[in-house]
Amino acid sequence: MEEGVVNEILQGPLRDVFDSKQLITDISGSGNNWAVGHKVFGSRYQEQIVEKLRKAAEHCDCLQCFFIIHSMGGGTGSGLGTFLLKVLEDEFPEVYRFVTSIYPSSEDDVITSPYNIILAMKELSEHADCVLPIDNQSLFDIISKINLMVNSGKLGSVVKPNSLVTSSAGALKKRQEKPFDAMNNIVANLLLNLTSSARFEGSLNMDLNEISMNLVPFPQLHYLVSSLTPLYTLADVHIPPRRLDQMFSDAFSKDHQLIRADPKHSLYLACALMVRGNVQLSDLRRNIERLKPSLQFVSWNQEGWKTSLCAVPPVGHSHSLLALANNTCVKPTFIELRERFMRLYKKKAHLHHYLRVEGMEESCFTQALSSLSTLIEEYDQLDATKSMPMPDVPRLSIAV
Amino acid sequence: MVSMSIVTVQLGQCGNQIGFEVFNTLLNDSHSPQGLCCKRENELYQVSCKERFFSEEENGVPIARAVLVDMEPKVINQTLSKAAQSGRWKYGQHSYFCQKQGSGNNWAYGYSVHGPKHEESVMNLVQKEVEKCDSLSGFFIIMSMAGGTGSGLGAFVTQSLQDQYSNSLRMNQIIWPYGTGEVIVQNYNSILTLSHLYRSSDALLVHENDAAHKICAKLMNIKQISFSDINQVLAHQLGSVFQPTYSTEGSFHYRRNPLGDLMESLVPHPEFKMLGVRNIPQMSESSLAYSTFTWTGLLKHLRQMLISNAKMEEGIDWQVQPHFSGHPTLGKMSLNKELHFNTSIANLVILRGKDVHSADLGGFKDPALYTSWLDPVNAFSVWKTQRAFCKYEKSAALVSNSQFLVKPLDMIVGKAWSMFASKAYIHQYTKFGVEEEDFLDSFTLLEQVIASYCNL
Repeated sequence: MEEGVVNEILQGPLRDVFDSKQLITDISGSGNNWAVGHKVFGSRYQEQIVEKLRKAAEHCDCLQCFFIIHSMGGGTGSGLGTFLLKVLEDEFPEVYRFVTSIYPSSEDDVITSPYNIILAMKELSEHADCVLPIDNQSLFDIISKINLMVNSGKLGSVVKPNSLVTSSAGALKKRQEKPFDAMNNIVANLLLNLTSSARFEGSLNMDLNEISMNLVPFPQLHYLVSSLTPLYTLADVHIPPRRLDQMFSDAFSKDHQLIRADPKHSLYLACALMVRGNVQLSDLRRNIERLKPSLQFVSWNQEGWKTSLCAVPPVGHSHSLLALANNTCVKPTFIELRERFMRLYKKKAHLHHYLRVEGMEESCFTQALSSLSTLIEEYDQLDATKSMPMPDVPRLSIAV
Repeated sequence: MVSMSIVTVQLGQCGNQIGFEVFNTLLNDSHSPQGLCCKRENELYQVSCKERFFSEEENGVPIARAVLVDMEPKVINQTLSKAAQSGRWKYGQHSYFCQKQGSGNNWAYGYSVHGPKHEESVMNLVQKEVEKCDSLSGFFIIMSMAGGTGSGLGAFVTQSLQDQYSNSLRMNQIIWPYGTGEVIVQNYNSILTLSHLYRSSDALLVHENDAAHKICAKLMNIKQISFSDINQVLAHQLGSVFQPTYSTEGSFHYRRNPLGDLMESLVPHPEFKMLGVRNIPQMSESSLAYSTFTWTGLLKHLRQMLISNAKMEEGIDWQVQPHFSGHPTLGKMSLNKELHFNTSIANLVILRGKDVHSADLGGFKDPALYTSWLDPVNAFSVWKTQRAFCKYEKSAALVSNSQFLVKPLDMIVGKAWSMFASKAYIHQYTKFGVEEEDFLDSFTLLEQVIASYCNL
């Protein structure tokens, strides 16, 4: 809802990739206000949005999925983004809605971000099929770690130059690297890996609709923690099995998750491993057997693994792994977000900026808060089953 | 006409990948220069195999009697081109049906959405293949249970075949998934598939991924096992059963209708239609040249594999023995008992290679191996040919209707039930018209099957 970013894209090296008629911009921005993004711009641009969506959909023989990419902390991405989610559900009810949501780090400078986040989360819980929450802090930590390793020469001359998963080695033209570029590149790679099996051949394909089917056991529990490995390439082409196994181990370490979470010490509802490149079925199976004992799965899904093998690796790599986990480790993040929200809401701080927008009432806030609390409680109940013994569910008895 | 024909329907990624390996194995074996028999015999074998599984084109390239079905295009494209690249055979140019969006590992989507929508197109393709056959024996339907297309659409297509070709036989080649790590909802998809197929299929020939994997690792010595390796083992299993064999003891004419004969021998009762396959010996091609076997040795092992329910010739438990003949086993089969003896309803042994007529099969005729309701004379059949299969100087296959699959079936039902009790993932099925009632019906049917087999 302001022109700067979009204009930059239109003048950048990818300008020909985007259809300039499919862009909607405004001038003043949403002022970091979810209500402005959702209610004001939502109603103002609804018709245009629907029209442009239809136009894009017409070009598709078979439309399977929408990707929504936005941040949670601001006004446009958060507010208008979640408004868009509802529009998609109404206009294209059979098409999957995958949302990549960037959550701000705790030191973010938008004071009202907790409001924006909680208001948006209600929409995500109700109208998205799958949400991949991503934390700026985690992205930042990963980039720092990579830089540290490369600069300290820890990997010596063994690291291929420009081999970072974050490098723009495949880009059309080198341009000035901005601070968020490296971090955003990780998210871009996430989305590439997510769609690799749909785009390339492999011995065990996985489409986007399979992600939703296998990783979402209950409609509201659709928040997936993601991790991407390896984050750098070693020059050694004949990857010895130990290095390959390291890739799998790293996928479960808390340092490689794209949100601040520790899936290893929480409860798994389901886990998907999407492998690309020169990795065989037996390598995959061996690693699952190896890692299984150290992970806790919910009692009714002890073998809750979904796997895929795509033959084509990412550019510059011989193999890569994307892990998606439906895991209760998201709970602490949600609890913290609720606390930050409460700190503001208790004092009614900045509330008037929202309430003055037409269509906004206090009930919007209380409903959003209640939605989040319900979600947290569902995760709580699942966590409670962690220490319980396996329930013995009596089977149907048949008269012979 | 030498052989009745079989039309194969390959469904989903698994079905199509395996289907390719099956036709490839059949044709390569039939063209093998190491048949170890006289030229005329070899020619008869080839003609019989060809007639059964291939139709002929003007330029002489055999065309597989197959229909390829998938709900996304990549695998079919690969399968068609791999076949064409072989130079020795191919699929019919128009013998495939394809969509774009897949089935999302969702049985309900495959069965309730794709099924009705595409029934006409798929059945038209089947009709075209059927018309090319002088005499149709029946259908193979190759499908996995774990995914969405093979399982759900496969179940639907089997039903359509039952409706439209009620006089022809339907044998489903079912790929039993690995115990862990393919698809999370595989147990749901499996129980829905099995319960539906039980009503519309004539026999379920089960091929297990876990078993094939062990064979690759332990017997074939493959270090990095791929699905291609697994599929080749499964194709070998199927080929070892359905390649030509003599029609009667001492005859040199090939059997016209193995599918019909197999059904007659092995499926005397519709409640019992789950069949397992075992092969012996199995090894990598490079080891073949250095190995010789005797029929006595091979059959001794095969018999023990049968009664101890071993999946392959290594690690056989020789402790398991039948009770003294004449009395049925005293206690009912307990799924927890360690030393369990595998009781059979009926068995079929297929011998291929040198000196087949000298092989002694007395061990398989022992009444102690069988449940009491069939006369032991009728419970056991043997098919033979002197012609070697896949370069094995001597090889034997066992197709068994026995308690082989009770444990795997029980495991799948148990896991599915536990998941069902928590209602996890059910909304994904009800969304497309498969309700909790349908799940319960499936559970009931399969518990019945398990109980029936346990009580043999």
